[in-house]
Amino acid sequence: MPTVHAVPDLAPALPEVILAVVAMALLMLGVFRGDGSTRTVSWLAVAAMAVAGFFVITGPSDGVVTFSGMFVVDRFAVFMKVLVLIGSALALVMSFGYLRDEGMERFEFPVLLVLATLGMLMMVSANDLMALYLGLELQSLALYVVAAFKRESLRSTEAGLKYFVLGALSSGMLLYGCSLIYGITGATDFAALSAALSGGGEVPIGLVIGLVFLVSGLAFKVSAVPFHMWTPDVYEGAPTPVTAFFAVAPKIAAVALFLRVMMSPFGGLVSQWQQIIVVVSIASMVLGAFAAIRQDNIKRLMAYSSIGHVGYALVGLAAGTAEGMRGTILYMTIYLVMNVGTFAVILNMKRAGAMVEGIHDLAGLARSRPLMALAMGIFMFSLAGIPPLAGFFAKLYVFLAAVNAELYALAVIGVLASVVGAFYYLRIIRIMYFDAPSEVFDAPVASEMRVILAAAAVFTLFFFAYPAPFLAGAEAAALALVR
Amino acid sequence: MQGFIVEYLPILVFLAIAVGMAIVVVAASYVAARHYPDGEKLSPYECGFEAFGDARRQFDVRFYLVALLFIIFDLEVAFLFPWAVALGDIGVFGFWSMMIFLVILTVGFVYEWRKGALEWE
Repeated sequence: MPTVHAVPDLAPALPEVILAVVAMALLMLGVFRGDGSTRTVSWLAVAAMAVAGFFVITGPSDGVVTFSGMFVVDRFAVFMKVLVLIGSALALVMSFGYLRDEGMERFEFPVLLVLATLGMLMMVSANDLMALYLGLELQSLALYVVAAFKRESLRSTEAGLKYFVLGALSSGMLLYGCSLIYGITGATDFAALSAALSGGGEVPIGLVIGLVFLVSGLAFKVSAVPFHMWTPDVYEGAPTPVTAFFAVAPKIAAVALFLRVMMSPFGGLVSQWQQIIVVVSIASMVLGAFAAIRQDNIKRLMAYSSIGHVGYALVGLAAGTAEGMRGTILYMTIYLVMNVGTFAVILNMKRAGAMVEGIHDLAGLARSRPLMALAMGIFMFSLAGIPPLAGFFAKLYVFLAAVNAELYALAVIGVLASVVGAFYYLRIIRIMYFDAPSEVFDAPVASEMRVILAAAAVFTLFFFAYPAPFLAGAEAAALALVR
Repeated sequence: MQGFIVEYLPILVFLAIAVGMAIVVVAASYVAARHYPDGEKLSPYECGFEAFGDARRQFDVRFYLVALLFIIFDLEVAFLFPWAVALGDIGVFGFWSMMIFLVILTVGFVYEWRKGALEWE
């Protein structure tokens, strides 16, 4: 056993240390300067995420472990951390206008987002069941609060409370699974677990039960069916920039954690967990496709859409191969861009100073705001998976991996579900382009929103022309995971 | 695998004794004791007073705030005791780990102080 008294090497965890220190410094800055400093605190938080991102990219990336093996930095961690940081920073930038207009400019908001991001980075780098739980809870506790951040809104507080109660339940299941796994194997370290489980032979039934509990807890965090019930209510009730944040950064971090837990300690038990992931994946894809059809609230629709997309991402995990991991990682990359773009449009759905959320409020957008309608159209086509947009390639790679892993039924159901799902994405396009126009949205669109919208649209549209760097990055990340 | 379960045998024995003991004590008072119930004995009892009001009363939310703040610092002390006892073994790293922990708690304390969470009115 390594001695625990030695000072651990902090260099691999430098981005996390920076975020932790900055979060506390910003809290102090905010509390002494008052809510007037919210804008300053927000920009400093974005800057801190950028600096953390810089150190993630320039830092070690070849499987360094520290903190007695609890914390690992490999190519997978670096890739996913960059995605998480991009998602968090963009969500924070997109929230500026909303917070100002809704009178929610409180300095705690950026601080909580930084803390949640810190938790996500720890989740991505977790190499031990305890580190996993620590990161997950740091993330979740901050998210519960931001979900209820619009205190005077009944729906926002309801969303926060619902998320908290169900989140606590899922954390309990996850912990129960961890304790069973520890009880059977006597280890919490991923490397030790992997070594203990790779011997082959009979798998103890207690371990399988523990694994199922662990998967249930993680499925809740990625909002996969049958643990998705909280998603529509929380997405609808939470303030819109918070929904935008929920839809990208925590989801990417949770999927990353899911991949690492399944492949690193339990990589030898693929045959045990593969069927669970296949069922969860099919259920998510089908429910995401059918349940969204009847939604008229765009945030609720995006919630069901995100459930469906998690289903597609899990197709890659179900394959259990390096190719599948590459597919899932690439899927989350493209998912990040598409969702950020879509929410940038949703955040501009504002009439006479008040946010509107109905799908039919988009009617005639093509005439009043042709460029915004074009961008939204690109995102919707991409989310539906229509070539040659980025969303098509995301689906292509996960389905290819499933076919190569001989999961034909999974791939066929996935393709059929995406055909059904295309209906509601195309319906939004029809409303924007062919319905009688409703009232015009408020002008002007904030400049940061224009930049984000344009960048996301260009990425989605021209991904096919230059996919090589993303493919190579995802490939390297996947190989670090499968080893 | 079998060895694991045998190691937990004392806990099982302990559980069985605890459950058995509880059943015996409750059953014995039913069997052996004399029962003369009357209205006064069966009525709810509240510190010698007549029961007044409902148990589900509205409650000032500030009590919860104080209770939460108390728990945080209560736990801090619970961490400090073993740390103080083991300080000789855990050395400089152990010392500074606790210092960082205390600084983080202090940041939270300053925040709640400035926010006015400690003021009653």
